[in-house]
Amino acid sequence: MRVKYVLSEVLVGLWRNVTMSIAMIITMAVSLTMLGASGLMYRQVDDMKDLYYKNIEVSIFLNQEVSEQERTELQTKLDGDPLVKDVLYVNKDEAYKRFKEMYQDAPDLVNAVKPDQLPESFRLKLNNPEQYKNIYDQYKDTAGVDEIVDQSRLLDKIFNILTSIQNIALAAAIVMAIAALLLVANTIQVAAYSKRREVAVMKLVGASNWFIQAPFVLEAVVAGLIGSLLGLVALVAAKYLLFDGSLSALQGLLSPISWGDILFIFPLMAGVGGLVSAATAWITLRFYLRV
Amino acid sequence: MTKTYPKASRPSLDNVSVSIEKGEFVFFIGPSGSGKSTIIKMLLHEVAPNKGRVVVNGKDVTSMRSWKRPHFRRSIGCVFQDFRLLPNRTAYENVAFALEVIGKTKAVARRVVPEVLELVGLGGKEHRYPHELSGGEQQRVAVARAFVNRPLILLADEPTGNLDPDTSIEIMRLLDRINRTGTTVVMVTHDSNIVNQMRRRVVEIESGRIVRDQARGVYG
Repeated sequence: MRVKYVLSEVLVGLWRNVTMSIAMIITMAVSLTMLGASGLMYRQVDDMKDLYYKNIEVSIFLNQEVSEQERTELQTKLDGDPLVKDVLYVNKDEAYKRFKEMYQDAPDLVNAVKPDQLPESFRLKLNNPEQYKNIYDQYKDTAGVDEIVDQSRLLDKIFNILTSIQNIALAAAIVMAIAALLLVANTIQVAAYSKRREVAVMKLVGASNWFIQAPFVLEAVVAGLIGSLLGLVALVAAKYLLFDGSLSALQGLLSPISWGDILFIFPLMAGVGGLVSAATAWITLRFYLRV
Repeated sequence: MTKTYPKASRPSLDNVSVSIEKGEFVFFIGPSGSGKSTIIKMLLHEVAPNKGRVVVNGKDVTSMRSWKRPHFRRSIGCVFQDFRLLPNRTAYENVAFALEVIGKTKAVARRVVPEVLELVGLGGKEHRYPHELSGGEQQRVAVARAFVNRPLILLADEPTGNLDPDTSIEIMRLLDRINRTGTTVVMVTHDSNIVNQMRRRVVEIESGRIVRDQARGVYG
């Protein structure tokens, strides 16, 4: 009976002030969507880092006038270097082949370049891509080396952009969360006021504190959970319409977001939504019911 | 015991000591602001004295933690001048509410509530709403609600303050009947008529001090 009583009080409470409840649920949904999105991006960026850094190369381009001996010496040195995992030598013909492949859409460019003009290079895979600096310092003055190029410099820029988008989403989530919390506090105050007679009688006859507070706290929790469900719907819609739709051209660049990722992030959203609203409601009650 | 409210120039209760036996019927009388209501609030563990002790049902509640208060309140029934009934519930529902919120089942309520409504003389009016009842009848519902849990003590804070003399007498008869079941009744009142008729113990308070404590007193 008591469970039934509490649940019916929750529904009555949400319905009594339905416009406020809707406002509360919407702000919570937006906030949780942002939270979910930034969580997804966090995983996304991690996945992409794994993917890209695994294939990343440091290229050591050689002078046009490099001698046979210099090249062999460098190769031996690289083979023996503990920082280096793999060494691949790319001669001029090989470089030209790669060049042709890369620019196959621009035949004019390909025709203008002769294999002779392209530098030979060593393509290195490092045990730890972060140690680029050491490699650079070690080999930049070696005879025959023209230039050392690290692809991860470029990737870092891309990841910086992704990280800042993620931070913006997180900041938006926090700002919306503050709005949602204020709405929860307000809703609970209104609910407590409209039930002040019942609460006074309950306190008088000795109803336990949890029994007095539970309907209010659960009201906020239910709103938080509904908000997180709406957030889930928003994320699913975003995947369906954006990633699988208009942004699908970028599919090769961005690692795909799976349904599993979204389902994985939902408990986080629901948990945050439920717990944060419960805590807010409970603290509000401390001030307005003084039970 | 002594109680001084913050910002008050003089204590609301100044070194007051009173002991009430189990099963007694006691009137607290005195002008407004004399400190009568503070006594009720202390018995309900709503305020604590600055000095001294409050012992209720043999238990020192002076420093009782607030989370124990709900359970403590279940042994005390309360009636007020303004009835404090829930307007959107019938007489039956008002009384049953008090049982259900302390965890009694609906089945218990169905057995006990009609009984107590009968006791207070509201048999047949269980399904009226407060606005369909007279002031006296509303106060009877309030008494039924206070008594339904069979408390050891019934506190009545000017229960006849809003009622005409005849109705007041009826309510007093009811409280007297409840007192005869062994329940201690503590009543705060201004109503000299009633005090004179009942001839029970009278404790008179003035400016926070007991000026009279008489076994079969009059308002005087």
